[in-house]
Amino acid sequence: MRALLLVLMLAGSASALTGAFAGAAWAVQPDEVLEDPALEARARELSKGLRCLVCQNESIDESNASLARDLRILLRDRLMAGDSDEEAVAFIVDRYGEFVLLQPTTGGWNWLLWAAGPLMLLAAVAAGALYIRGRSTSTTEREEGLSPAEQKRLEEILKE
Amino acid sequence: MITELGHFALILAFLVACVQAVVPLIGAHKRWPGWMAVAEPAATAQFFLTAFAFGALMHAFITSDFSLKLVVENSHSAKPMLYKISGTWGNHEGSMLLWVLILALFGAMAAWFGGNLPPTLRARVLAVQSSIALAFFAFILFTSNPFLRLVVPPFDGQDLNPLLQDPGLAFHPPFLYLGYVGLSICFSFAVAALIEGRVDAAWARWVRPWTLAAWIFLTIGIALGSWWAYYELGWGGFWFWDPVENASFMPWLLAAALLHSAIVVEKREALKSWTILLAILAFGFSLIGTFIVRSGLLTSVHAFANDPERGVFILMILVFFTGGALTLFAARAGAMQAKGVFGVVSRESALVANNILLAVAAFVIFVGTMWPLVAEMFFDRKLSVGAPFFNMAFTPFMMLLGLILPVGAMMAWKRGRVTRTLQTLMPAFVLAVLLAGLVWTMQTGRSLMGPIGVFLGVWLVAGTVTDFLSRLGKSRDFSRLFRLPRADWGKLLAHSGLGITMLGIAGLTAWQEEDIRVAQIGETFSVGQYELQLLNVEQIRGPNYFSTMGTVRLSESGHDIALLHPEKRNYPVAQMPTTEAAIDYRFMRDVYVVIGDPQDNGGYVMRTYIKPLANWVWGGCLIMALGGALSLSDRRYRIAAGARKTVQPQGVPAE
Repeated sequence: MRALLLVLMLAGSASALTGAFAGAAWAVQPDEVLEDPALEARARELSKGLRCLVCQNESIDESNASLARDLRILLRDRLMAGDSDEEAVAFIVDRYGEFVLLQPTTGGWNWLLWAAGPLMLLAAVAAGALYIRGRSTSTTEREEGLSPAEQKRLEEILKE
Repeated sequence: MITELGHFALILAFLVACVQAVVPLIGAHKRWPGWMAVAEPAATAQFFLTAFAFGALMHAFITSDFSLKLVVENSHSAKPMLYKISGTWGNHEGSMLLWVLILALFGAMAAWFGGNLPPTLRARVLAVQSSIALAFFAFILFTSNPFLRLVVPPFDGQDLNPLLQDPGLAFHPPFLYLGYVGLSICFSFAVAALIEGRVDAAWARWVRPWTLAAWIFLTIGIALGSWWAYYELGWGGFWFWDPVENASFMPWLLAAALLHSAIVVEKREALKSWTILLAILAFGFSLIGTFIVRSGLLTSVHAFANDPERGVFILMILVFFTGGALTLFAARAGAMQAKGVFGVVSRESALVANNILLAVAAFVIFVGTMWPLVAEMFFDRKLSVGAPFFNMAFTPFMMLLGLILPVGAMMAWKRGRVTRTLQTLMPAFVLAVLLAGLVWTMQTGRSLMGPIGVFLGVWLVAGTVTDFLSRLGKSRDFSRLFRLPRADWGKLLAHSGLGITMLGIAGLTAWQEEDIRVAQIGETFSVGQYELQLLNVEQIRGPNYFSTMGTVRLSESGHDIALLHPEKRNYPVAQMPTTEAAIDYRFMRDVYVVIGDPQDNGGYVMRTYIKPLANWVWGGCLIMALGGALSLSDRRYRIAAGARKTVQPQGVPAE
């Protein structure tokens, strides 16, 4: 009897868990799609940039979680109410924090993240240019030269 | 019994690794041949012992031995045989065992095929390789033992995660690990060379085949993973910039850079210290990848066995090996003097540019992947860095790379002439511009990525082919092409493969069509130029799942093309649903059909996608890997590598 109870409990908690992730919904549902194709296209584009909070690195556009569905509907409601893209996104960020933004802002220290690529490229190009210049102006082709140690070793071998 | 023997073999392998990590190193330092000679039999023994341990674990999975904790947690008696086998590495403990098995395999191969290496270098390479293995044996034995028994075995197991029960994913991890871990041998070579204080053309010639092999496996592994994501996750995405994907992509980029810089060392004895640094970084990033997957530090769809204790252990391994190697590098890099002199316009310079772009691209991904962590620790901000960032920050590097690749690849060594190269490439360039222009006029108001991608793809393929044909010289004797070295064929295929992948990515991102609707049974609807009819929906019972399977007729202007069977499966033991998309694969496009839930008013949710050039993404990867394989089979690696160098006096370590 206890075993049966345990099995039931396990099954219950497991299905509750998967329910949160799978639920009934699979990404954008037909009933969510807006009548106005232009508005719908905007909603799709925006929802690609918003993160599903209970999933792992999925946008609400891709996600099957019921929370993602709620967010999709919320986003569409805002757009229907006449919000601009920025206002609609700001509305969601106000409620869920900047964690929902898949594309981080440039505010605060984030400029470093955005500048990292160009800065590193500049540094690498500078280093590469210096190296190439060094190689191209270097006149001594040291191909044949032996280091003193090698010279010594060579003499040793020749003596043997 | 076999399980206990496997456990015992693993402990023995650990002990052998201890010996192999120490004795040959002392032998090489003191020039004692007997001590150096320990390395080879030890590497062989280490490999066979690990292989036995792995075999024992696989045996437990195949026979569904539910007295083993790991088997209970990851298997089920009703699971098909293929997935019982792949279940061996479909979990943390087993995959770590596969990791060390491959580590030991590469060590043993270096021992078997390294007969013509200088004895001290060989002893040092094997010792360094074994010290890595030692760390991972310790990790497995002390924190993730796969051979733990249960006191009361249950009747049946808890099944493998259904998403992993798929042929694409069965082979994704082994390939990926062959790549990750294959880079360990380059690392060992780099560290051994630093200890020796000597890097020359011969060294590069020994290292390149290993890098090439690792890169080929990584390419196949990543392509398999991406293809799996495409058909399994239900909406046909192929790359998500997930931390764990990035973890495999960074070593791939660095391995590609290493491949190219090793050519410069081999042919021109320049870029030596940079090549050593790349070899260290490439494996360092493999370790970072392992750390990311196992520690649960970053949230990811792939993370399994998130355990802080294990994370700390791997972090220690990571710090010890990369930190140690980098310190050694800082101390010794000065000893690596470049010899070759080359002009500003030359193949060498082009390869430097290649390395800059690949390495910076890898670091951009690294910064983006780690940024959420940095932001949380130092600025107290919880934020996400997702696909939009990576697409924006990473793509320009690949565009630049594609733009300069055909020019650089055709440039002469030492001193090239830009105008002549550009003249030869003119037809390829014009073709690329024309096709991109054509595409641009045909599509209206869509993403600019399409035309740009078409331009780059065509430019890469046509430019590479031009380069290849120019090897003929003035003669029109095409049979000469077959006498060209296989490395040239490899270059042709690998570079065109990259172009083909770019075309595929452009097609998929720019011209995909999508349709979402509720379809009644018997209803016909059209998507793009195709008509689809949902004929019926049945409930089907699979070996370890239940399935809702639709039958969809796909036709184009009245002609039937295919009958598709999209499924929605439910795995009762693992309590998890999966979608099995039905895909009509064609050369120019895929039609991708997914069936969803039944609706209250009848009918089912149907999603249909037309995905232009989808197969080109993975086809290009395969061609790239094939190019690598051809290059690997080139004669100069098959004949005793560096044999001609044996006359040279043994380098005196720069101490």
